[in-house]
Amino acid sequence: MALLEIDKLEVYYGSINALKGISFNVERGEIIALIGANGAGKTTTLHTITGLLPAKKGSIKLDGHDITKAPAHRIVSMGMAHVPEGRRVFAQLTVYENLMLGAYTRKDKDEIAATLENVYYRFPRLKERLKQTAGTLSGGEQQMLAMGRALMSKPSIILMDEPSMGLSPLYVSEIFDIIQEINKAGTTVLLVEQNAKKALSIANRAYVLETGNIVLAGDASELMNNEQVKKAYLGE
Amino acid sequence: MSFISYLVSGLSLGSIYALIALGYTMVYGIAKMLNFAHGDIIMVGGYAAFLAMSASWCPIWLAMIISVTVCTVLGVVIEKVAYRPLRSAPPLAVLITAIGVSYLLQNIALLTQSATPKTFKSIAAGAPPFLLVFEGKAPLFFTKLSDSPYGGESPVLTISMETFLAIVVSLVIMAALTLFINKTKAGKAMLACSEDRGAAQLMGINVNATISMTFAIGSALAAVAAMLMCSAYPLLSPTTGSMPGIKAFVAAVFGGIGSIPGAMIGGVLLGVIEQLSKAYISSQLSDAIVFLVLIVVLIIRPTGIMGKKISEKV
Ligand SMILES: Nc1ncnc2c1ncn2[C@@H]1O[C@H](COP(=O)(O)OP(=O)(O)OP(=O)(O)O)[C@@H](O)[C@H]1O
Ligand SMILES: [Mg+2]
Repeated sequence: MALLEIDKLEVYYGSINALKGISFNVERGEIIALIGANGAGKTTTLHTITGLLPAKKGSIKLDGHDITKAPAHRIVSMGMAHVPEGRRVFAQLTVYENLMLGAYTRKDKDEIAATLENVYYRFPRLKERLKQTAGTLSGGEQQMLAMGRALMSKPSIILMDEPSMGLSPLYVSEIFDIIQEINKAGTTVLLVEQNAKKALSIANRAYVLETGNIVLAGDASELMNNEQVKKAYLGE
Repeated sequence: MSFISYLVSGLSLGSIYALIALGYTMVYGIAKMLNFAHGDIIMVGGYAAFLAMSASWCPIWLAMIISVTVCTVLGVVIEKVAYRPLRSAPPLAVLITAIGVSYLLQNIALLTQSATPKTFKSIAAGAPPFLLVFEGKAPLFFTKLSDSPYGGESPVLTISMETFLAIVVSLVIMAALTLFINKTKAGKAMLACSEDRGAAQLMGINVNATISMTFAIGSALAAVAAMLMCSAYPLLSPTTGSMPGIKAFVAAVFGGIGSIPGAMIGGVLLGVIEQLSKAYISSQLSDAIVFLVLIVVLIIRPTGIMGKKISEKV
Protein backbone atom coordinates (compact mmCIF):
# COMPACT_ATOMS: atom_id res chain seq x y z
CA MET A 1 0.00 0.00 0.00
CA ALA A 2 1.34 3.39 -1.00
CA LEU A 3 1.72 6.02 1.70
CA LEU A 4 -0.20 8.57 -0.34
CA GLU A 5 -2.72 7.56 -3.01
CA ILE A 6 -4.44 10.11 -5.19
CA ASP A 7 -7.26 8.74 -7.30
CA LYS A 8 -9.04 10.61 -10.12
CA LEU A 9 -8.88 13.88 -8.27
CA GLU A 10 -10.93 16.75 -9.69
CA VAL A 11 -10.78 20.28 -8.32
CA TYR A 12 -12.62 23.42 -9.39
CA TYR A 13 -12.26 27.10 -8.61
CA GLY A 14 -15.85 28.12 -9.21
CA SER A 15 -16.40 26.94 -12.77
CA ILE A 16 -12.68 26.73 -13.58
CA ASN A 17 -11.54 23.12 -13.74
CA ALA A 18 -8.04 23.22 -12.24
CA LEU A 19 -7.46 19.45 -11.82
CA LYS A 20 -9.11 17.14 -14.30
CA GLY A 21 -8.97 13.76 -12.62
CA ILE A 22 -5.35 13.15 -11.74
CA SER A 23 -4.12 9.92 -10.16
CA PHE A 24 -0.73 9.21 -8.68
CA ASN A 25 0.85 7.67 -5.65
CA VAL A 26 3.80 8.15 -3.36
CA GLU A 27 5.49 5.14 -1.82
CA ARG A 28 7.02 5.21 1.63
CA GLY A 29 10.58 6.56 1.60
CA GLU A 30 10.43 8.04 -1.87
CA ILE A 31 11.10 11.51 -3.17
CA ILE A 32 8.45 12.19 -5.79
CA ALA A 33 8.73 15.24 -8.01
CA LEU A 34 5.67 16.90 -9.47
CA ILE A 35 6.76 19.22 -12.24
CA GLY A 36 4.88 21.48 -14.60
CA ALA A 37 4.65 24.97 -16.03
CA ASN A 38 3.02 27.95 -14.33
CA GLY A 39 -0.66 27.37 -13.82
CA ALA A 40 -0.45 23.62 -14.42
CA GLY A 41 -2.14 22.90 -11.10
CA LYS A 42 0.76 21.91 -8.85
CA THR A 43 -0.15 24.16 -5.94
CA THR A 44 -3.80 23.23 -6.36
CA THR A 45 -2.83 19.57 -6.02
CA LEU A 46 -0.94 20.13 -2.77
CA HIS A 47 -3.63 22.36 -1.31
CA THR A 48 -6.27 19.76 -2.04
CA ILE A 49 -4.19 17.00 -0.46
CA THR A 50 -3.74 18.95 2.77
CA GLY A 51 -7.36 20.00 2.89
CA LEU A 52 -7.04 23.71 2.16
CA LEU A 53 -9.15 23.19 -0.97
CA PRO A 54 -12.11 20.82 -1.36
CA ALA A 55 -12.04 18.06 -3.95
CA LYS A 56 -15.01 17.86 -6.27
CA LYS A 57 -14.43 14.23 -7.16
CA GLY A 58 -11.91 11.50 -6.51
CA SER A 59 -10.14 10.43 -3.37
CA ILE A 60 -7.01 11.02 -1.34
CA LYS A 61 -5.71 8.28 0.93
CA LEU A 62 -2.97 8.68 3.48
CA ASP A 63 -1.63 5.42 4.83
CA GLY A 64 -4.85 3.73 3.71
CA HIS A 65 -7.15 6.24 5.43
CA ASP A 66 -9.46 8.31 3.28
CA ILE A 67 -8.63 11.96 4.04
CA THR A 68 -10.49 13.51 1.10
CA LYS A 69 -12.95 15.28 3.37
CA ALA A 70 -10.78 15.72 6.45
CA PRO A 71 -10.32 19.37 7.52
CA ALA A 72 -6.84 20.80 7.05
CA HIS A 73 -6.14 21.11 10.77
CA ARG A 74 -6.72 17.36 11.31
CA ILE A 75 -4.38 16.23 8.59
CA VAL A 76 -1.21 17.44 10.32
CA SER A 77 -1.66 15.06 13.21
CA MET A 78 -2.10 12.21 10.73
CA GLY A 79 1.54 12.68 9.77
CA MET A 80 1.47 15.01 6.81
CA ALA A 81 3.20 18.39 6.74
CA HIS A 82 3.08 21.01 4.02
CA VAL A 83 5.69 23.63 3.24
CA PRO A 84 3.53 26.06 1.29
CA GLU A 85 4.38 28.05 -1.80
CA GLY A 86 5.91 31.40 -0.86
CA ARG A 87 6.93 29.97 2.57
CA ARG A 88 4.19 31.70 4.51
CA VAL A 89 6.12 31.96 7.75
CA PHE A 90 4.41 33.99 10.45
CA ALA A 91 6.29 37.23 9.84
CA GLN A 92 5.37 38.94 13.12
CA LEU A 93 6.37 35.98 15.26
CA THR A 94 9.89 34.95 16.15
CA VAL A 95 11.74 32.06 14.61
CA TYR A 96 11.27 30.08 17.81
CA GLU A 97 7.53 30.79 17.93
CA ASN A 98 7.19 29.73 14.31
CA LEU A 99 8.95 26.46 15.04
CA MET A 100 6.81 25.77 18.09
CA LEU A 101 3.65 26.39 16.07
CA GLY A 102 4.89 23.61 13.81
CA ALA A 103 4.57 21.31 16.83
CA TYR A 104 1.09 22.66 17.65
CA THR A 105 -0.63 19.27 17.49
CA ARG A 106 1.98 17.47 19.59
CA LYS A 107 1.74 17.12 23.34
CA ASP A 108 4.90 15.47 24.64
CA LYS A 109 7.33 18.22 25.72
CA ASP A 110 10.41 15.98 25.71
CA GLU A 111 9.72 14.67 22.24
CA ILE A 112 9.12 18.18 20.96
CA ALA A 113 12.43 19.27 22.47
CA ALA A 114 14.17 16.36 20.72
CA THR A 115 12.65 17.31 17.37
CA LEU A 116 13.68 20.90 17.97
CA GLU A 117 17.27 19.82 18.52
CA ASN A 118 17.07 17.87 15.29
CA VAL A 119 15.79 20.93 13.42
CA TYR A 120 18.60 23.06 14.91
CA TYR A 121 21.08 20.45 13.77
CA ARG A 122 19.71 20.53 10.24
CA PHE A 123 19.34 24.31 10.13
CA PRO A 124 22.06 25.81 12.34
CA ARG A 125 21.26 29.22 10.88
CA LEU A 126 17.81 29.12 12.49
CA LYS A 127 19.29 28.39 15.87
CA GLU A 128 21.35 31.57 15.66
CA ARG A 129 18.21 33.59 14.97
CA LEU A 130 15.63 32.18 17.39
CA LYS A 131 14.57 35.57 18.78
CA GLN A 132 14.46 37.33 15.42
CA THR A 133 11.02 37.91 13.91
CA ALA A 134 10.51 35.75 10.87
CA GLY A 135 9.67 38.70 8.63
CA THR A 136 13.22 40.01 9.00
CA LEU A 137 14.85 36.79 7.73
CA SER A 138 16.26 36.57 4.23
CA GLY A 139 14.30 34.61 1.65
CA GLY A 140 16.53 31.57 2.00
CA GLU A 141 16.33 31.66 5.77
CA GLN A 142 12.55 31.93 5.58
CA GLN A 143 12.52 28.84 3.37
CA MET A 144 14.59 27.01 5.96
CA LEU A 145 12.21 28.17 8.66
CA ALA A 146 9.21 26.96 6.69
CA MET A 147 10.90 23.57 6.30
CA GLY A 148 11.96 23.43 9.94
CA ARG A 149 8.46 24.37 11.03
CA ALA A 150 7.03 21.53 8.95
CA LEU A 151 9.53 19.07 10.43
CA MET A 152 8.42 20.07 13.93
CA SER A 153 5.23 18.06 13.44
CA LYS A 154 7.43 14.99 12.90
CA PRO A 155 5.66 14.10 9.64
CA SER A 156 5.89 10.81 7.82
CA ILE A 157 5.38 12.69 4.58
CA ILE A 158 6.24 16.27 3.77
CA LEU A 159 4.85 18.20 0.80
CA MET A 160 7.01 21.04 -0.51
CA ASP A 161 5.81 23.67 -2.93
CA GLU A 162 8.64 25.27 -4.90
CA PRO A 163 11.20 25.47 -2.11
CA SER A 164 13.77 26.91 -4.53
CA MET A 165 11.61 29.79 -5.70
CA GLY A 166 13.42 33.11 -5.67
CA LEU A 167 16.62 31.78 -4.11
CA SER A 168 20.20 32.26 -5.26
CA PRO A 169 21.86 29.19 -6.83
CA LEU A 170 23.94 28.62 -3.71
CA TYR A 171 20.86 28.51 -1.49
CA VAL A 172 19.05 26.30 -4.01
CA SER A 173 21.77 23.68 -3.74
CA GLU A 174 21.73 23.88 0.03
CA ILE A 175 17.94 23.47 0.15
CA PHE A 176 18.05 20.47 -2.18
CA ASP A 177 20.80 18.87 -0.11
CA ILE A 178 18.66 19.30 2.97
CA ILE A 179 15.63 17.78 1.23
CA GLN A 180 17.74 14.73 0.46
CA GLU A 181 18.94 14.52 4.04
CA ILE A 182 15.42 14.80 5.40
CA ASN A 183 14.41 11.99 3.07
CA LYS A 184 17.36 9.81 4.09
CA ALA A 185 16.32 10.29 7.70
CA GLY A 186 13.06 8.57 6.86
CA THR A 187 10.60 11.21 5.69
CA THR A 188 8.79 10.71 2.41
CA VAL A 189 8.83 13.79 0.18
CA LEU A 190 6.41 15.07 -2.44
CA LEU A 191 8.25 17.89 -4.15
CA VAL A 192 6.66 20.44 -6.46
CA GLU A 193 9.21 22.34 -8.50
CA GLN A 194 9.63 24.59 -11.49
CA ASN A 195 13.33 23.86 -11.32
CA ALA A 196 12.77 20.53 -13.05
CA LYS A 197 16.42 19.72 -13.49
CA LYS A 198 17.19 19.96 -9.80
CA ALA A 199 14.00 18.19 -8.82
CA LEU A 200 14.58 15.27 -11.17
CA SER A 201 18.17 14.98 -9.98
CA ILE A 202 17.10 14.12 -6.43
CA ALA A 203 13.74 12.39 -7.07
CA ASN A 204 13.06 8.68 -7.42
CA ARG A 205 10.07 9.14 -9.65
CA ALA A 206 8.27 12.10 -11.17
CA TYR A 207 4.96 13.15 -12.63
CA VAL A 208 4.51 15.87 -15.20
CA LEU A 209 1.42 18.00 -14.85
CA GLU A 210 -0.01 20.02 -17.74
CA THR A 211 -3.17 22.12 -17.40
CA GLY A 212 -4.73 19.86 -14.81
CA ASN A 213 -3.71 16.51 -16.28
CA ILE A 214 -0.78 14.20 -15.62
CA VAL A 215 0.77 13.77 -19.04
CA LEU A 216 3.91 11.85 -18.16
CA ALA A 217 5.08 9.65 -15.33
CA GLY A 218 8.15 7.58 -14.71
CA ASP A 219 11.52 7.18 -13.06
CA ALA A 220 13.24 10.50 -12.61
CA SER A 221 16.29 9.39 -14.56
CA GLU A 222 14.10 8.26 -17.45
CA LEU A 223 12.20 11.51 -17.55
CA MET A 224 15.46 13.41 -17.49
CA ASN A 225 16.29 11.83 -20.85
CA ASN A 226 12.80 12.12 -22.28
CA GLU A 227 12.84 14.38 -25.36
CA GLN A 228 9.52 16.01 -24.46
CA VAL A 229 10.64 16.80 -20.94
CA LYS A 230 14.02 18.05 -22.11
CA LYS A 231 12.39 20.47 -24.51
CA ALA A 232 9.62 21.72 -22.30
CA TYR A 233 11.15 21.72 -18.81
CA LEU A 234 14.89 21.36 -18.95
CA GLY A 235 15.47 24.05 -21.53
CA GLU A 236 17.63 21.85 -23.75
CA MET B 1 -6.77 70.04 40.69
CA SER B 2 -9.63 70.24 38.25
CA PHE B 3 -7.22 69.25 35.47
CA ILE B 4 -6.30 66.09 37.37
CA SER B 5 -9.92 65.37 37.91
CA TYR B 6 -10.66 65.64 34.17
CA LEU B 7 -7.60 63.60 33.35
CA VAL B 8 -8.61 60.81 35.72
CA SER B 9 -12.15 60.70 34.41
CA GLY B 10 -10.68 60.63 30.89
CA LEU B 11 -8.43 57.73 31.83
CA SER B 12 -11.40 55.94 33.33
CA LEU B 13 -13.65 56.44 30.32
CA GLY B 14 -10.72 55.61 28.08
CA SER B 15 -10.14 52.33 29.90
CA ILE B 16 -13.71 51.36 29.15
CA TYR B 17 -13.26 52.31 25.48
CA ALA B 18 -10.10 50.24 25.47
CA LEU B 19 -11.95 47.13 26.68
CA ILE B 20 -14.53 47.55 23.94
CA ALA B 21 -11.90 48.40 21.33
CA LEU B 22 -10.06 45.18 22.19
CA GLY B 23 -13.11 43.21 21.09
CA TYR B 24 -13.25 45.09 17.80
CA THR B 25 -9.59 44.77 17.09
CA MET B 26 -9.25 41.09 18.01
CA VAL B 27 -12.22 40.10 15.88
CA TYR B 28 -10.90 42.22 13.04
CA GLY B 29 -7.42 40.77 13.36
CA ILE B 30 -8.52 37.16 13.46
CA ALA B 31 -11.84 36.93 11.64
CA LYS B 32 -10.97 39.82 9.26
CA MET B 33 -14.35 41.47 9.75
CA LEU B 34 -15.77 44.56 11.41
CA ASN B 35 -18.31 43.33 13.91
CA PHE B 36 -20.63 46.31 14.06
CA ALA B 37 -22.87 44.43 16.48
CA HIS B 38 -20.11 44.60 19.08
CA GLY B 39 -21.54 47.79 20.61
CA ASP B 40 -24.91 46.13 21.05
CA ILE B 41 -23.31 43.28 22.97
CA ILE B 42 -22.47 45.97 25.53
CA MET B 43 -26.14 46.90 25.71
CA VAL B 44 -27.11 43.24 26.19
CA GLY B 45 -24.48 42.93 28.91
CA GLY B 46 -25.95 45.98 30.60
CA TYR B 47 -29.50 44.61 30.54
CA ALA B 48 -28.37 41.17 31.67
CA ALA B 49 -26.67 42.69 34.71
CA PHE B 50 -29.56 45.07 35.32
CA LEU B 51 -32.21 42.34 35.21
CA ALA B 52 -30.15 40.02 37.39
CA MET B 53 -29.53 42.75 39.97
CA SER B 54 -33.19 43.68 40.12
CA ALA B 55 -33.94 40.19 41.40
CA SER B 56 -33.69 40.57 45.16
CA TRP B 57 -31.95 37.22 45.67
CA CYS B 58 -29.16 38.00 43.23
CA PRO B 59 -25.92 39.39 44.69
CA ILE B 60 -23.84 41.76 42.57
CA TRP B 61 -21.06 39.25 41.94
CA LEU B 62 -23.57 36.77 40.57
CA ALA B 63 -25.14 39.43 38.35
CA MET B 64 -21.68 40.15 36.98
CA ILE B 65 -21.06 36.49 36.21
CA ILE B 66 -24.47 36.22 34.55
CA SER B 67 -23.79 39.27 32.40
CA VAL B 68 -20.39 37.98 31.28
CA THR B 69 -21.81 34.54 30.55
CA VAL B 70 -24.76 35.87 28.56
CA CYS B 71 -22.49 38.04 26.42
CA THR B 72 -19.92 35.30 25.86
CA VAL B 73 -22.57 32.85 24.70
CA LEU B 74 -24.28 35.50 22.60
CA GLY B 75 -21.01 36.44 20.87
CA VAL B 76 -20.22 32.84 20.02
CA VAL B 77 -23.74 32.15 18.79
CA ILE B 78 -23.82 35.27 16.61
CA GLU B 79 -20.53 34.27 15.05
CA LYS B 80 -21.70 30.75 14.39
CA VAL B 81 -25.14 31.60 13.04
CA ALA B 82 -24.59 34.89 11.24
CA TYR B 83 -20.92 35.18 10.30
CA ARG B 84 -19.54 31.68 9.84
CA PRO B 85 -21.73 30.87 6.83
CA LEU B 86 -20.24 33.98 5.20
CA ARG B 87 -16.62 33.06 5.85
CA SER B 88 -15.69 33.22 2.18
CA ALA B 89 -18.27 35.80 1.16
CA PRO B 90 -17.23 39.32 0.07
CA PRO B 91 -16.41 41.63 3.04
CA LEU B 92 -19.34 43.89 2.20
CA ALA B 93 -21.85 41.06 2.70
CA VAL B 94 -20.34 40.38 6.12
CA LEU B 95 -20.44 44.05 7.05
CA ILE B 96 -24.10 44.35 6.11
CA THR B 97 -24.88 41.21 8.09
CA ALA B 98 -23.14 42.72 11.11
CA ILE B 99 -25.22 45.88 10.81
CA GLY B 100 -28.30 43.66 10.56
CA VAL B 101 -27.33 41.80 13.73
CA SER B 102 -26.83 45.15 15.46
CA TYR B 103 -30.37 46.29 14.61
CA LEU B 104 -31.76 42.90 15.52
CA LEU B 105 -30.28 43.11 19.01
CA GLN B 106 -31.48 46.69 19.49
CA ASN B 107 -34.98 45.81 18.37
CA ILE B 108 -35.19 42.76 20.57
CA ALA B 109 -34.19 44.99 23.48
CA LEU B 110 -36.76 47.57 22.44
CA LEU B 111 -39.46 44.92 22.28
CA THR B 112 -38.68 43.24 25.57
CA GLN B 113 -37.31 46.15 27.63
CA SER B 114 -39.11 49.16 26.06
CA ALA B 115 -37.46 52.39 25.00
CA THR B 116 -37.68 53.99 28.45
CA PRO B 117 -34.19 54.16 29.91
CA LYS B 118 -33.58 52.12 33.05
CA THR B 119 -31.47 53.41 35.91
CA PHE B 120 -28.58 51.04 36.35
CA LYS B 121 -27.56 50.37 39.93
CA SER B 122 -23.81 50.86 40.24
CA ILE B 123 -21.78 47.73 40.91
CA ALA B 124 -19.98 49.88 43.50
CA ALA B 125 -23.20 51.19 45.03
CA GLY B 126 -22.67 52.19 48.65
CA ALA B 127 -18.90 52.04 48.40
CA PRO B 128 -16.87 55.05 49.58
CA PRO B 129 -15.01 57.13 47.00
CA PHE B 130 -11.54 55.93 46.15
CA LEU B 131 -9.88 59.24 46.95
CA LEU B 132 -10.74 62.57 48.54
CA VAL B 133 -8.21 65.40 48.41
CA PHE B 134 -8.54 68.49 50.59
CA GLU B 135 -6.68 71.78 50.45
CA GLY B 136 -3.53 71.45 52.56
CA LYS B 137 -4.50 68.20 54.29
CA ALA B 138 -3.59 64.52 53.96
CA PRO B 139 -5.72 62.80 51.28
CA LEU B 140 -8.31 60.23 52.32
CA PHE B 141 -8.55 56.85 50.64
CA PHE B 142 -11.72 54.72 50.71
CA THR B 143 -13.43 57.12 53.12
CA LYS B 144 -16.96 58.48 52.86
CA LEU B 145 -17.20 62.25 52.94
CA SER B 146 -19.57 61.92 55.90
CA ASP B 147 -16.78 60.11 57.78
CA SER B 148 -14.23 62.80 56.94
CA PRO B 149 -12.18 63.96 59.96
CA TYR B 150 -11.98 67.45 58.39
CA GLY B 151 -15.46 68.48 59.46
CA GLY B 152 -17.69 69.98 56.82
CA GLU B 153 -14.78 70.94 54.53
CA SER B 154 -15.43 69.99 50.90
CA PRO B 155 -12.74 68.17 48.89
CA VAL B 156 -10.99 69.82 45.95
CA LEU B 157 -10.71 66.49 44.17
CA THR B 158 -12.94 63.42 44.34
CA ILE B 159 -12.22 60.19 42.54
CA SER B 160 -15.22 57.90 42.76
CA MET B 161 -15.04 54.18 43.26
CA GLU B 162 -16.56 53.65 39.80
CA THR B 163 -13.83 55.74 38.16
CA PHE B 164 -11.14 53.90 40.07
CA LEU B 165 -12.62 50.46 39.36
CA ALA B 166 -12.85 51.12 35.63
CA ILE B 167 -9.14 51.92 35.49
CA VAL B 168 -7.98 49.08 37.72
CA VAL B 169 -10.23 46.39 36.25
CA SER B 170 -9.25 47.38 32.71
CA LEU B 171 -5.56 47.39 33.57
CA VAL B 172 -5.78 43.93 35.11
CA ILE B 173 -7.77 42.56 32.17
CA MET B 174 -5.42 44.08 29.62
CA ALA B 175 -2.38 42.65 31.38
CA ALA B 176 -4.02 39.23 31.59
CA LEU B 177 -5.02 39.34 27.94
CA THR B 178 -1.52 40.34 26.87
CA LEU B 179 -0.06 37.44 28.84
CA PHE B 180 -2.66 35.05 27.45
CA ILE B 181 -1.96 36.02 23.86
CA ASN B 182 1.81 36.06 24.07
CA LYS B 183 2.45 33.21 26.44
CA THR B 184 -0.13 30.50 25.84
CA LYS B 185 -0.51 28.08 22.98
CA ALA B 186 -4.07 29.23 22.31
CA GLY B 187 -2.86 32.84 22.20
CA LYS B 188 -0.12 31.97 19.72
CA ALA B 189 -2.72 30.19 17.63
CA MET B 190 -4.72 33.42 17.57
CA LEU B 191 -1.70 35.39 16.40
CA ALA B 192 -0.99 32.78 13.74
CA CYS B 193 -4.60 32.89 12.49
CA SER B 194 -4.55 36.65 12.33
CA GLU B 195 -1.46 36.59 10.17
CA ASP B 196 -2.22 33.74 7.79
CA ARG B 197 -5.27 31.59 8.24
CA GLY B 198 -4.22 29.00 5.67
CA ALA B 199 -0.74 28.58 7.11
CA ALA B 200 -2.27 28.34 10.59
CA GLN B 201 -4.43 25.44 9.42
CA LEU B 202 -1.31 23.75 8.08
CA MET B 203 0.06 23.87 11.64
CA GLY B 204 -2.99 21.95 12.84
CA ILE B 205 -4.79 24.98 14.26
CA ASN B 206 -8.57 24.79 14.11
CA VAL B 207 -9.39 28.19 12.66
CA ASN B 208 -13.13 28.02 13.38
CA ALA B 209 -12.49 27.20 17.02
CA THR B 210 -9.97 30.03 17.25
CA ILE B 211 -12.45 32.51 15.78
CA SER B 212 -15.12 31.31 18.24
CA MET B 213 -12.70 31.84 21.09
CA THR B 214 -11.96 35.35 19.85
CA PHE B 215 -15.64 36.22 19.81
CA ALA B 216 -16.03 34.72 23.27
CA ILE B 217 -13.20 36.82 24.70
CA GLY B 218 -14.29 40.00 22.92
CA SER B 219 -17.88 39.61 24.12
CA ALA B 220 -16.83 38.85 27.69
CA LEU B 221 -14.77 42.06 27.67
CA ALA B 222 -17.81 43.91 26.32
CA ALA B 223 -19.86 42.68 29.29
CA VAL B 224 -17.23 43.94 31.72
CA ALA B 225 -17.13 47.25 29.88
CA ALA B 226 -20.93 47.40 30.02
CA MET B 227 -21.02 47.07 33.79
CA LEU B 228 -18.22 49.57 34.35
CA MET B 229 -19.79 52.04 31.95
CA CYS B 230 -23.34 51.70 33.26
CA SER B 231 -22.04 52.11 36.81
CA ALA B 232 -20.45 55.43 35.89
CA TYR B 233 -23.16 56.59 33.44
CA PRO B 234 -26.24 54.85 34.81
CA LEU B 235 -28.82 55.26 32.03
CA LEU B 236 -29.48 52.03 30.18
CA SER B 237 -31.53 51.94 26.97
CA PRO B 238 -31.63 49.77 23.82
CA THR B 239 -29.25 52.19 22.08
CA THR B 240 -26.83 52.46 25.00
CA GLY B 241 -24.21 50.47 23.13
CA SER B 242 -24.21 52.44 19.90
CA MET B 243 -22.13 55.48 20.77
CA PRO B 244 -19.53 53.70 22.91
CA GLY B 245 -19.41 51.07 20.17
CA ILE B 246 -18.58 53.68 17.54
CA LYS B 247 -16.11 55.45 19.82
CA ALA B 248 -14.36 52.17 20.57
CA PHE B 249 -14.24 51.40 16.87
CA VAL B 250 -12.60 54.79 16.35
CA ALA B 251 -10.20 53.97 19.18
CA ALA B 252 -9.31 50.68 17.50
CA VAL B 253 -8.63 52.42 14.18
CA PHE B 254 -6.77 55.16 16.02
CA GLY B 255 -4.45 52.62 17.63
CA GLY B 256 -4.14 50.56 14.46
CA ILE B 257 -6.94 48.11 13.80
CA GLY B 258 -5.83 44.55 14.47
CA SER B 259 -3.24 45.62 17.04
CA ILE B 260 -3.94 44.73 20.64
CA PRO B 261 -1.64 47.29 22.30
CA GLY B 262 -2.98 49.74 19.73
CA ALA B 263 -6.56 49.23 20.93
CA MET B 264 -5.47 49.79 24.53
CA ILE B 265 -3.55 52.97 23.77
CA GLY B 266 -6.18 54.18 21.31
CA GLY B 267 -8.99 53.64 23.80
CA VAL B 268 -7.26 55.42 26.66
CA LEU B 269 -6.16 58.34 24.46
CA LEU B 270 -9.64 58.71 23.06
CA GLY B 271 -11.18 58.88 26.53
CA VAL B 272 -8.65 61.47 27.69
CA ILE B 273 -9.04 63.61 24.57
CA GLU B 274 -12.80 63.44 24.88
CA GLN B 275 -12.92 64.46 28.56
CA LEU B 276 -10.32 67.20 28.22
CA SER B 277 -12.04 68.73 25.22
CA LYS B 278 -15.35 68.54 27.07
CA ALA B 279 -13.80 70.40 29.98
CA TYR B 280 -11.70 72.99 28.19
CA ILE B 281 -13.10 73.46 24.70
CA SER B 282 -16.75 72.61 24.38
CA SER B 283 -18.89 69.77 25.57
CA GLN B 284 -20.95 69.94 22.38
CA LEU B 285 -17.88 69.77 20.18
CA SER B 286 -16.01 67.06 22.08
CA ASP B 287 -17.07 64.26 19.74
CA ALA B 288 -16.15 66.35 16.71
CA ILE B 289 -12.73 66.98 18.24
CA VAL B 290 -12.26 63.26 18.83
CA PHE B 291 -12.94 62.54 15.17
CA LEU B 292 -10.74 65.43 14.08
CA VAL B 293 -7.83 63.98 16.03
CA LEU B 294 -8.53 60.61 14.42
CA ILE B 295 -8.40 62.15 10.96
CA VAL B 296 -5.13 63.95 11.72
CA VAL B 297 -3.58 60.75 13.09
CA LEU B 298 -4.66 58.78 10.05
CA ILE B 299 -3.23 61.39 7.69
CA ILE B 300 0.12 61.21 9.45
CA ARG B 301 0.04 57.45 10.07
CA PRO B 302 -2.52 55.76 7.81
CA THR B 303 -2.27 52.47 9.72
CA GLY B 304 -2.88 54.05 13.13
CA ILE B 305 -0.52 54.55 16.04
CA MET B 306 0.57 50.93 16.44
CA GLY B 307 -0.58 49.70 13.04
CA LYS B 308 1.45 47.22 11.11
CA LYS B 309 3.19 48.42 8.02
CA ILE B 310 1.20 47.37 5.01
CA SER B 311 4.17 46.39 2.91
CA GLU B 312 5.33 42.85 3.38
CA LYS B 313 8.34 40.92 2.31
CA VAL B 314 7.50 38.82 -0.72
N1 LIG C 1 -8.01 31.13 -6.19
C1 LIG C 1 -8.13 30.84 -7.50
N2 LIG C 1 -9.22 31.20 -8.18
C2 LIG C 1 -9.37 30.89 -9.50
N3 LIG C 1 -8.46 30.21 -10.19
C3 LIG C 1 -7.34 29.83 -9.56
C4 LIG C 1 -7.13 30.11 -8.19
N4 LIG C 1 -5.92 29.60 -7.82
C5 LIG C 1 -5.42 29.03 -8.92
N5 LIG C 1 -6.28 29.15 -9.99
C6 LIG C 1 -6.07 28.64 -11.34
O1 LIG C 1 -5.85 27.25 -11.29
C7 LIG C 1 -4.81 26.86 -12.17
C8 LIG C 1 -3.75 26.10 -11.40
O2 LIG C 1 -3.10 27.00 -10.49
P1 LIG C 1 -1.94 26.53 -9.52
O3 LIG C 1 -1.68 27.64 -8.58
O4 LIG C 1 -2.29 25.22 -8.96
O5 LIG C 1 -0.74 26.38 -10.54
P2 LIG C 1 0.77 26.01 -10.25
O6 LIG C 1 1.07 24.81 -11.08
O7 LIG C 1 1.05 25.90 -8.82
O8 LIG C 1 1.52 27.27 -10.88
P3 LIG C 1 2.85 28.04 -10.39
O9 LIG C 1 3.99 27.28 -10.90
O10 LIG C 1 2.73 29.37 -11.07
O11 LIG C 1 2.80 28.14 -8.92
C9 LIG C 1 -4.32 28.14 -12.82
O12 LIG C 1 -4.91 28.23 -14.10
C10 LIG C 1 -4.81 29.23 -11.93
O13 LIG C 1 -5.11 30.39 -12.66
MG1 LIG D 1 2.17 26.97 -7.53
